[in-house]
Amino acid sequence: MKIKIRYFGMLTEVTGCEEEIIDFPEVVISELLEMLFIKYPKLKDKKFQVAQNNELVPFKTKISSKEIVLLPPFSGG
Amino acid sequence: MDRYNRHIILSEIGHKGQEKLSKSKVLVVGAGGLGCPVLQYLAAAGIGTLGIIDYDVVELSNLQRQILFGTSSLGKNKANEAKAKLQDLNQTINIIAYPEQLTYQNAIELFGQFDIIVDGTDNFETRYLINDACVITNTTLVFGAIYKFQGQVAVFNYNGGPSYRCAFPDKPKKGDVPNCSEVGVLGVLPGIIGSMMCNEVLKIILGIGHILSGELMCYDALSNQNQIIKIKRCETEIESVILNKNNFQNQKMNDLCSSDINEVSIEAFLNNKNVQFIDVRELHEQPKIKNFNVIKIPLSALESQLELISLIKDKAIFCQSGIRSKTAVSILKKYNINNCYSIREGASEIIGYINKSNNNVIHE
Repeated sequence: MKIKIRYFGMLTEVTGCEEEIIDFPEVVISELLEMLFIKYPKLKDKKFQVAQNNELVPFKTKISSKEIVLLPPFSGG
Repeated sequence: MDRYNRHIILSEIGHKGQEKLSKSKVLVVGAGGLGCPVLQYLAAAGIGTLGIIDYDVVELSNLQRQILFGTSSLGKNKANEAKAKLQDLNQTINIIAYPEQLTYQNAIELFGQFDIIVDGTDNFETRYLINDACVITNTTLVFGAIYKFQGQVAVFNYNGGPSYRCAFPDKPKKGDVPNCSEVGVLGVLPGIIGSMMCNEVLKIILGIGHILSGELMCYDALSNQNQIIKIKRCETEIESVILNKNNFQNQKMNDLCSSDINEVSIEAFLNNKNVQFIDVRELHEQPKIKNFNVIKIPLSALESQLELISLIKDKAIFCQSGIRSKTAVSILKKYNINNCYSIREGASEIIGYINKSNNNVIHE
């Protein structure tokens, strides 16, 4: 399954891109994250939430969208 | 009512809506990049009571985006300075400046006096404090935050909607996410995000349109993309804040912006020969320290007087309360001036320490 992953804020500094398409066989978001942590070890140290179908979802949620968003909290003002 | 004519002729607002605005009370926490545009439009719109809380002073590097201030504001408290500018914009509204830090001790009583709280702060410590105080006092929170070219806007605790903790449950640890003035930001970005925040405030008061409750708007200034992400209310998050209600005021603030600032007591320097003492208070501030080797560089002039700072000695930097000295250290860091220490004690305490160690100091 091909999934588009979008990264916001400081996450793009770890991934080096704002979005990418990943071919991914697994079904749960946490498994996708495990794979991303191997690809980007520093991502593991970052705080973020995950959204699919434009909604924040727990990491144990099954992937049901072609687009996953990784969203960190911002503090700047 | 000529002033509000362009509001009143809108059928969605009219005299009734304008009356609602003039009866409303809004508190803006932080008069910085986000706070400035929010405050300007709220004051112009005729919000009846406008509170501004900020303990910080205006620095030269603020003027790139904090559009209420000018060069004459440098070194002055942001809440007081914002009030002066806004009162000129609209003398018919009541503006209250709180030139102090929002803390666990003063938040609950303060929030109870307002209908809506606007979070324009620059650090997670205060953002979570604001959220929790809004949950406890059942007050609507209009939230905005920025990072480089991107921004987030949301409305929390609105009509039983989710809180900030429902989206981001845990406060990031120090260093997880950059705080305060550690990163760059496109000057107009807080203008865009602050205007969106003000738009939410006005709609809530007027009871018109769609409110960003349970939704986090994510805006990217480079791509012009705007994505709205839904947030569900999480009862356990909200309950745990309410359960902790009685303990709320006993909590202590962690350092706001000083994740890598060396903060030490004056005692560590009193017997040190290789140290330059720098007083970053404005020149008129009391008590003055006399007959002790101190150079005076007001925070507002720091960046233009860097040549006065010793590159060899340790720098012990102090002010009235230990807050501006931290700002000074972070400014000097930016210029790669190392071995700078923010003194925890304020000037009057420092005089006490110096007297005790038998130096020739006269308390003016």
